[in-house]
Amino acid sequence: MDRYNRHIILSEIGQTGQDKLSKAKVLVVGAGGLGCPVLQYLAAAGVGTIGIIDFDIVEESNLQRQILFGTSSLGQNKADAAKSRLQDLNNTINIKAYAEMLTFQNAVDLFNQYDIIVDGTDNFETRYLINDACAITGKPLVFGAIYKFQGQVSVFNYENGPTYRCAFPNKPKKDDVPNCSEIGVLGVLPGIIGTLQANEVLKIILGIGSVLSGKLLCYDALSNQTTSLNVKKNDAEIQKVLLDKNNFKKQQFETFCKVNSEVSIKDILNKENVQFIDVRELYEQPKVEGVGIKQIPLSELENHLDKIRLYKEKAIFCQSGIRSKQAVSVLEQHNIFNCYSIKEGASEIIEFLNNSH
Amino acid sequence: MKVKIKYFGMLSEVTNCEEETIDFSESHISELLEKLCIKYPNLRNKDFQVAQNQELVSFDTELSSNELVLLPPFSGG
Repeated sequence: MDRYNRHIILSEIGQTGQDKLSKAKVLVVGAGGLGCPVLQYLAAAGVGTIGIIDFDIVEESNLQRQILFGTSSLGQNKADAAKSRLQDLNNTINIKAYAEMLTFQNAVDLFNQYDIIVDGTDNFETRYLINDACAITGKPLVFGAIYKFQGQVSVFNYENGPTYRCAFPNKPKKDDVPNCSEIGVLGVLPGIIGTLQANEVLKIILGIGSVLSGKLLCYDALSNQTTSLNVKKNDAEIQKVLLDKNNFKKQQFETFCKVNSEVSIKDILNKENVQFIDVRELYEQPKVEGVGIKQIPLSELENHLDKIRLYKEKAIFCQSGIRSKQAVSVLEQHNIFNCYSIKEGASEIIEFLNNSH
Repeated sequence: MKVKIKYFGMLSEVTNCEEETIDFSESHISELLEKLCIKYPNLRNKDFQVAQNQELVSFDTELSSNELVLLPPFSGG
């Protein structure tokens, strides 16, 4: 077949490599700025089965960078519109369009039908959902993300490598980081980053070169600087996802970022880099003595935020474990995270400290 | 010692510079970050990671390089 001749004459690919591409199944989540170039090159390269999932419709402001669409696609679902363009580009491959949202309920079953997952989404909720579903289903994740003139690319969960949570363990709060529709983006940037993602997909399928696993590639379009940062595997982060996998389908987007902020004194005592905060009033007994215990009554907490150590974990306690919970929410409202409420009260904490020495 | 700090993404909008060199005597990255948050109070509200010697490291790591990268996660696509 002439279509793939320029691949086949490369000794690194050949007919064997082309056959691998035709047998491969790749799911692209999001047919936007990143998804479009990824899909275009995967379809042209002859990836045999391509899935596209996107609930969104094509708008005029998308056309500046979402290169699969034209004025005739306006108002159409992006997955459907991308499919019709790609089918014209390559009518020998199988393209499936899912005109729906990726959710906790459908992600695992969908991912199980594919070999490689590509993240071309535009929000953290879905990015963490994709990462966790990839960890659960054991699928490699080809990641790309952009901001104005800069982009990040990596391959996560590849042959036991690190995941997105190993690089960014804390999911930012909703709306904390603006997206392209709010702040703008250079049209060619997703083209560059998406093409780098397509390259990683092809390398994984073909088994050539070195896959961008364990590295986060940062690209700046204005200076043409690239910075490659090593990402270490964080087994604790991965285990958290895997241990909770039976509850995965029960999750909803709204509650996704809520973490269990209650801990027991016996769990927190083994940790290093912890600031203990007593939020009882100054006169309350019994006193808990110890190095590094800061006393800030709950009623005064908001006036003393400067005493909170930002980059330590904060273990907060009170007389019974109720005010300490309130303190955690007060601090979170002020964007101070990594705060835990110790469920035991002061007397139990003293007892535990005495017994542990 | 002098430490060169690079700010990626929206962090450079908080600091109004893409990189700077600051004098620093403490030994841990977390202490340096506390110092930066005093200089740039809005940095407190930002999510970011720190890379030292081209590797993402936790904030309680000892400072062992004279160049750090502060990088936020990007959500755009």
